Amino acid sequence: MSLNRLACPDCDLLQNVPRLPPRARARCRRCGRLLAIDRPRANERALALAIGAAIVFVLANVFPLMGLSVAGREVDTTIMGGAWIMWQEGQRMTAALVAVCAVIAPAAYIGLTIVVLLVSRWRRPAPAWVGELLLWSATAREWAMAEVMMLGILVALVKIADLATVIVGVGMFATGALILLITMIAVHFDPEGIWARTQWVGPAETTPVRDPRRGGS
Amino acid sequence: MSVRETSAMRAGLALCGHCRMLSRIVTATEANYCPRCGREIAYRRRDAIQRTWALIVAAAICLLPANLLPVMKSTTLVGASEDTIIGGVILLYLSGSWHLALIVLVASVMIPLGKLMSLAYLLVTVRRGSTRSNQERIRLYRLVEFIGRWSMLDVFVIAFVVALVRIKPLMAAQPRAGILFFAAVVILTIFAAQTFDPRLIWDSPGDATRRNE
Repeated sequence: MSLNRLACPDCDLLQNVPRLPPRARARCRRCGRLLAIDRPRANERALALAIGAAIVFVLANVFPLMGLSVAGREVDTTIMGGAWIMWQEGQRMTAALVAVCAVIAPAAYIGLTIVVLLVSRWRRPAPAWVGELLLWSATAREWAMAEVMMLGILVALVKIADLATVIVGVGMFATGALILLITMIAVHFDPEGIWARTQWVGPAETTPVRDPRRGGS
Repeated sequence: MSVRETSAMRAGLALCGHCRMLSRIVTATEANYCPRCGREIAYRRRDAIQRTWALIVAAAICLLPANLLPVMKSTTLVGASEDTIIGGVILLYLSGSWHLALIVLVASVMIPLGKLMSLAYLLVTVRRGSTRSNQERIRLYRLVEFIGRWSMLDVFVIAFVVALVRIKPLMAAQPRAGILFFAAVVILTIFAAQTFDPRLIWDSPGDATRRNE
């Protein structure tokens, strides 16, 4: 049984994690943080989910989220419309933030995840730039806030409902599906599995710590 | 347990904050780089305490205009009114949806304030070299990290109200400067949570000298 030497990202405790049986998870002995998890065929599922998410993402952004109808006049908006009107109204910084969190970051997360998963499937070892893209996708994930946006839309709807009739659009249902898929990608995606088959950027002499009996204090 | 408890730092090892690779810190005087992903590695995030303080102070300063300035102006045939964040919560409450009012109150007022106070508390206890209630403090940090994004809620609410309510001259809504400061608070507190290093919670007073090299 091979032991994998790890340090907990939350408390820095050095510990050896055994190879996990299927579907088992390992937690830090000191602070309880999840250290490793075994998901059979994790990245194959993640790829399927990411491709599904890409399709749903297009639908969510092309179709109107919702419309408003009052006195025979109608207005509707897409996700990007929320940022665009704000830009036109002069709040450009806020508009840019909305665009990043609602559209750009989710698109980058889904796109980068698909590229990383596809390239690491086809080329072994995957070139080092795959690792770079993997880091970017993690950053994009932090700023992708589709679920917060959805709650924001619901609050906005309630605020408007007194003034006018609100029509829920296709974009809204697609956004709901998108939130579900993005969450599921994050659950299944296994970055360590990608790193294991990706070339390192560094020179070979800076050897990593693999053997648990060497490099003690 | 027979395994001795030691931190990676005491063993001369550092976990890459980007790709989670464990590698040896070779030179204490120069920067070290992760052999796998090429990013800089160190025992603890560089100047985590000072940087987090700076971000918290900046966020606290923005918190004032964010709450005092109006975030939205709504115009109807009857007249125009400007609402602050709290004003928006009160309007939601008065219109009968107290549960949504509560959600917005929590997301826009309590979460930003709670994040600032929690991070300040963590920074003070880390500075003091406290080793008590580590479990509670790491849970607090994880909560701050997890919950931070939800304070973006009001920014999205304003964005979509403004995008829809534009049937002039019947009704119109426009964003106001308050939302910019509010967005700044949200971003700064998210950065502050990312800059703080939770491993500092577990370090004993002797580890401080090791970190600084």
